[in-house]
Amino acid sequence: MQSAIPKPSPAGKILWTAIAIVGAWCLGVVALRRGEPINAIWLVTASVSVFLIGYRFYSRLIATRLLQLDPTRATPAVLRNDGLDYVPTDKWVVFGHHFAAIAGAGPLVGPVLAAQMGYLPGTLWILVGVVFAGAVQDFMILGLSLRRDGRSLGHMLREELGEVPGVIAMIGVLVLMMIVLAVLALVVVKALTHSPWGTFTVAATIPIALLMGLYLRYFRPGRILEVSIIGLVLLLASIWYGKTVADTPALSVLFDFDAKGLAWLLIGYGFFASVLPVWLLLAPRDYLSTFLKIGTIVLLALAIFLAAPTLQMPAVTKFIDGTGPVFSGNLFPFLFITIACGAVSGWHSIIASGTTPKLLANEGEARIVGYGGMLMEAFVAIMALIAAASLHPGVYFAMNSPGALVGTTAEQAAQTISTWGFLVTPAELTETAKNIGESTILGRAGGAPTLAVGMAQLLHGIMPGEGMMALWYHYAILFEALFILTTVDAGTRVGRFMIQELAGMAWAPLKQTESWLGNVVATVICVGLWGYFLYQGAVDPLGGINTLWPLFGIANQMLAAIALMLATVVTVKLKRERFVLIPAVPAAWLVICTLTAGWQKIFDDKISFTAAAQKYADAMASGTLLAPAKSMDEMQRIVTNNRVDMALTALFMLLVLTMLFFSLRAIARAWRANHPTAHEEPYVALSSVAP
Amino acid sequence: MNLDARTAPRSLWKWAVQTARLCCGVPDYDVYVKHLREHHPERAVPSYGEFFRERQEARYRGTGGRCC
Repeated sequence: MQSAIPKPSPAGKILWTAIAIVGAWCLGVVALRRGEPINAIWLVTASVSVFLIGYRFYSRLIATRLLQLDPTRATPAVLRNDGLDYVPTDKWVVFGHHFAAIAGAGPLVGPVLAAQMGYLPGTLWILVGVVFAGAVQDFMILGLSLRRDGRSLGHMLREELGEVPGVIAMIGVLVLMMIVLAVLALVVVKALTHSPWGTFTVAATIPIALLMGLYLRYFRPGRILEVSIIGLVLLLASIWYGKTVADTPALSVLFDFDAKGLAWLLIGYGFFASVLPVWLLLAPRDYLSTFLKIGTIVLLALAIFLAAPTLQMPAVTKFIDGTGPVFSGNLFPFLFITIACGAVSGWHSIIASGTTPKLLANEGEARIVGYGGMLMEAFVAIMALIAAASLHPGVYFAMNSPGALVGTTAEQAAQTISTWGFLVTPAELTETAKNIGESTILGRAGGAPTLAVGMAQLLHGIMPGEGMMALWYHYAILFEALFILTTVDAGTRVGRFMIQELAGMAWAPLKQTESWLGNVVATVICVGLWGYFLYQGAVDPLGGINTLWPLFGIANQMLAAIALMLATVVTVKLKRERFVLIPAVPAAWLVICTLTAGWQKIFDDKISFTAAAQKYADAMASGTLLAPAKSMDEMQRIVTNNRVDMALTALFMLLVLTMLFFSLRAIARAWRANHPTAHEEPYVALSSVAP
Repeated sequence: MNLDARTAPRSLWKWAVQTARLCCGVPDYDVYVKHLREHHPERAVPSYGEFFRERQEARYRGTGGRCC
């Protein structure tokens, strides 16, 4: 199927024509029907058709012409088989592994935030983005790594572009990681602020994980499935008991925290979780969150198919003009920054050049794993968008708008949001809060709570019952918090190793990952870095997400741009210039988006960090206090925070420009060369190695 | 995966277990033992518990990881 393109059979032609017609029809309905709400099934069908066509035609073009995958060629798994890291594995097992590694909180959060512009802009970007950018990136990086002994992205960048761009990219990845950890931790803070029920269930995961860790270590070593079932039962019990905690004043005060308190707790937790032995806390939590994640995605899909909700959010809202309350900035470039995971995510290039290329038994299978895996993630993003768009728009905006814009009581919020054209009564807002067992739904930005309410309403529609909606809501919150916290633990640990590697260049003893001193020092630096941004988000006047999510989006798309630039360089180095536009167009698009967004975040008079810093600095000069600051010290902190964000944005822009320079230089050289100059490993026939 | 009516449920279960373990960073133990026997007969074969511990440590050592 890979080496020679067979002539399509008549039945095949009819089938694909039918899929194309159905897809085009559904997309037409999604895009063109105005005035009356449409059903989510139209959107689902349109997406699936687009994914099938993209996979069948575009990924095949990439596989056969651009990457020239060869099923007769031995893969790293076969050549270096050690039974541990390099293991030829069944393709569906690799697919499951790869999908579990790339799907995280990202595809669930970005589309929910982007729903403020209506469901249509987000949907179109996810569909076009995944087919032409995201899946291309994942697939190509996997393909390149397969031909290079399964080497990592950083290693390939050093080989193909040079030492300096390799180190620059490594620093970029480290900074990106700190922002990811901060913004994800902030999502948890937003979800748990003054929510004793949620906080209790998330806190309960710590003793549950410890118990699982001890069980796996001493009682029944390695019985992952068994211990995960025990853990799951205990988790569900904690959700159920959480209601009692919330209803009992003596207990609920113990778990009732404001945003600052939660931020400090998470920072402390992140430190301990990453210096403790992995088997005790991190690994068991990781198992639970992996299984819960897959289970919840399946549950969400079932809920959408069975409930077939009507989309209440308009196709396009007036907020495409950049005045939206959830994140500020115009549709271009901010929609393309806000939805990163789901359309195109730079992180995936790290996974596609990590464990996955060491597992594939045959090059031909890279297509379903690399391209197909990303299409699956885009489908998750579409489902998250549906869950958000099926909510009452008034409820959606009440949850996601900062208190500084809509006020802090249900009456004020309902009034402000109604003036935006989304009619909602205070009673509807308090009723929703009561249904999900919370005191308020206001100021719960960050995507997770919105998705949780959406899921809870869908599931409640299928399985009604007194008080069930509150249980579903807290289940969804718990699952999101659980896997975000697992990312925080694991990310802190990885960040620590990266810091030790960089610091080890300056002072060798810091490099020893076994030494206690190096370990603690690097962990403190790592936690300090993301903790700074987390705390900043917790005291931010616009609620934090509004400020930090664009920074995260810019950083993530920066990494995707770097990965696609690498793919472009290698395409030219292989002398396959005919197909260079396949990676070059999405690379250019991401460079344009990140640079424009970065520019606006520094220089725009309304939405930039500079303008925000200036506003508070001016107020300080005239001696007035601006909310939410309560003292001049807090005013000063807001000014400093905005200046730090400004500098960071400038750093990202500089990184993109530097990498662009090195890529263009490498392309120019390779274009002039009259022979391929890429660093591929030599061909070894599969038949000469395999038994 | 070759499925037929008789062996389908078993191979599906085996697939699910293998995938679930791999998602947690634990590759197939039987495959590893087979590999050791065939290629390194001089080495001692670790028990599943030892194998599991080694893999658990290895998963969080490198710069691998997962997505946001």
